Amino acid sequence: MTLDQVLVTVAGAGGIAFTYWFFLMRNVRAVVAIDSINITVNGGYSPEVIEISNGKTTKLVFTRSDPSSCLEEVVLSDFKVRKHLPLNQAVTIELTPQKTGEFIFSCGMNMYHGKVIVKESV
Amino acid sequence: MHCASCVVTLEGSLSKIPGVSQTHVNLATEKATVEYDPAKVTDQDFMKAVESVGYEARLGERIQSADQDQAQKQQEMKDLKIKVIVSLMLGSLILWGSFPGLMDTAPSILRNFWVQLLLALPVQFWAGFSFYRAALSSLKHRTANMDTLVALGTTVAFLYSAVVTIVPTVVSQIGIHPEPYFDVSSIIIGLILLGRYFEAKAKAGTSEAIKKLIGLQAKTARVVRDGKEIDILISEVEVGDMIRVRPGEKIPVDGVILDGESSIDESMVTGESIPIDKIKGGSVIGATMNKTGTFTFRATKVGADTMLSQIIKLVEEAQGSKAPIQRLADIISSYFVPIVIMLALTTFVVWYDFGPEPAFLFAILNTVAVLIIACPCAMGLATPTAIMVGTGKGAEHGLLIKDAEALETAHKITTVVFDKTGTLTKGKPEVTDIIATHDLSQDDILRLAASIEKGSEHSLAEAIVKHAEKKNLLLTTVTNFKAIAGHGVEGLLGTQRIFFGNRKLMIQEHVVMQSNEAAMSALEQQGKTVMMLALRQAQGKPYELVGLIAVADTIKDTAKVAVLSLQKLGIEAIMITGDNERTAHAIAQQVGITQVLAEVLPDQKSDEVKKLQAKGKIVAFVGDGINDAPALAIANVGIAMGSGTDVAIEAADITLINKDLRSVSAVIELSRKTMRTIKINLFWAFGYNVILIPVAMGVLYPLFGILMNPIFASAAMALSSISVVGNSLLLKRAKLSL
Repeated sequence: MTLDQVLVTVAGAGGIAFTYWFFLMRNVRAVVAIDSINITVNGGYSPEVIEISNGKTTKLVFTRSDPSSCLEEVVLSDFKVRKHLPLNQAVTIELTPQKTGEFIFSCGMNMYHGKVIVKESV
Repeated sequence: MHCASCVVTLEGSLSKIPGVSQTHVNLATEKATVEYDPAKVTDQDFMKAVESVGYEARLGERIQSADQDQAQKQQEMKDLKIKVIVSLMLGSLILWGSFPGLMDTAPSILRNFWVQLLLALPVQFWAGFSFYRAALSSLKHRTANMDTLVALGTTVAFLYSAVVTIVPTVVSQIGIHPEPYFDVSSIIIGLILLGRYFEAKAKAGTSEAIKKLIGLQAKTARVVRDGKEIDILISEVEVGDMIRVRPGEKIPVDGVILDGESSIDESMVTGESIPIDKIKGGSVIGATMNKTGTFTFRATKVGADTMLSQIIKLVEEAQGSKAPIQRLADIISSYFVPIVIMLALTTFVVWYDFGPEPAFLFAILNTVAVLIIACPCAMGLATPTAIMVGTGKGAEHGLLIKDAEALETAHKITTVVFDKTGTLTKGKPEVTDIIATHDLSQDDILRLAASIEKGSEHSLAEAIVKHAEKKNLLLTTVTNFKAIAGHGVEGLLGTQRIFFGNRKLMIQEHVVMQSNEAAMSALEQQGKTVMMLALRQAQGKPYELVGLIAVADTIKDTAKVAVLSLQKLGIEAIMITGDNERTAHAIAQQVGITQVLAEVLPDQKSDEVKKLQAKGKIVAFVGDGINDAPALAIANVGIAMGSGTDVAIEAADITLINKDLRSVSAVIELSRKTMRTIKINLFWAFGYNVILIPVAMGVLYPLFGILMNPIFASAAMALSSISVVGNSLLLKRAKLSL
């Protein structure tokens, strides 16, 4: 093996390790929502993980500033919600969960994800 | 605001603002609703206009109209179209000047690398800007998507080509013939944008059903207030308002006819094809079409409570729900893009280390091909688009499906259990035969039976009392009335004790029936329910059977066809009823059902469903949703026949609002077709990625010398999403046997 091949192999292995760490090993901190929470939709959802209380109505207010067509819908399938998000316009989704657990939400194409964590009380 | 003149003043002032198309001020709520062009009018203009006439304005909710939304979407599509045309044109010019064999026919200017760089620049950074923007913003969240792959792939191809163009000697020194690949980067961007354009167009079609339903809504209502008819916005209509509807007009909200009569076409909302004649007291549904007569009705449900609003809500919820089959695609989607990036890096290393010369070039082109061919979108779109079209198609025909799970389960149904009364039959029994078995006349028998049944709430009792009223018979007062559940009734007529009920009651009271057995079984074999009247002729004598009254319920017109179409689908049909075996079998025979569960009390119906499930059957229970909620809930799929304006029957998974029994087989057919579409979609989406990613990596090269050209990779990628959405749209054309 020539030196350049060794270098390319090492760099490739490093790149794979970095990709794994960067995309698949990230830790996202949950944000607690008491009555309502604003979620910015731009290359993903900020905040991405939201904690809400069971049995209580919480408003998730989505505002999309990213023109990517992928993000133009938000789907909370466990709550049977699929909403169109017009650009730069607040769209409110009211959730009144009936059970605790973790519920993923995503864009219409299932590319971007967020999570609603329902706890007995937050 | 104090009076109607304030309304006029404010409306006048607001409508003078240039760009305002419609103004409506409500005195009661002190709210103004304004339709305007946001490009021409600002919030300040409204404040000033209101202040100029002496009032103060507080700005409320801003709702972007469907038209504005559509205009925005159209503009986006127009921009996308321009980008597609420009990038494909420039890409083609570059391809002409650089593709082996083709380049010899091209003018020399196109073969110049610097000219190619110049042509590729706008494609990469103007047309392809959306890929960079989306990729960068998702990187901030440490996520990757489709755009990340396209941005990475095309940037690699573009940068390599730029280096070849700017410093060709450096490339030559490492043993590679300096040849740029601007055609690859440009054509990929053009083709992927083209794919996105068609995909957006097709995706709009998947949510068409909801748009159609929303479009059905009337805009105004003609309300009668203080003896005057005034047109008001639909949002202003209140419960209790009197509304006038003229021929050819749309009925604005749900209500009850107060005066007049008409024929009403309800097909657009309930799917019921034949116009229905309605008279005073009849209920009308908002958004349906009045055909011939003029009438006035009282609004009973407005806004979100109307049947149409409930249907829209139900369909929206179903379209937002997730089918269990989607779970695998969900798990794969969340790891897909990072895995593709890792595979691309592996491809580069393997080709660089072990590939033939020029290894670097092979490594670059194959890495680009891997990044470009991967298509996570197709996997994401496979299930939801089919669910959206399927549930929408159902709603068009009056089949309301609660969620994707119900739609998925319906395709596995092996057994359909029909409740008899009100489902297979019209639920309105009528007296068909009166047989005197002793000295009493037929009218006497009817009079006595009706007198004792007057206190009963049973549906058969209602039929007997109605029949007596029709014959103008004078009923006698009955004392000590007692209903014996599952048996009949008893009471005192003066001092005379009388019994009226079924065989069980007669046996209990030791009434002799033998001599009438033949007449009774003849009636029962015709599907009629036979009730017996027994009394004592004289003190000390035993009770005697003095007469029989047969009551029958009419079978629905569509019942027989409905059962037949289920049988054609290979599904067994079972009838469940409280009737005795003989009557039940006779009715079942009329509709073509061979399996009968007879003499089942209402609270035992769910147990019967459980027994069938224990035998491994996937059971659908079809009922009217009123007294069979437990059976509807316990069945794998609960199907309720909706009546009137009750849309959301809680226990049911599917509600049939078109009142057509054939819908049961239609909904199973729809479920089977939707599931077939989903399976084909998932097969394509998975198969596509599983087969073509390794091909792009070059696994076929050692044996067959086959490599994937990145341009073909982009064409295949663009086609894969379109084919998935297109396949879902084909569901719209599916024919349901209704």
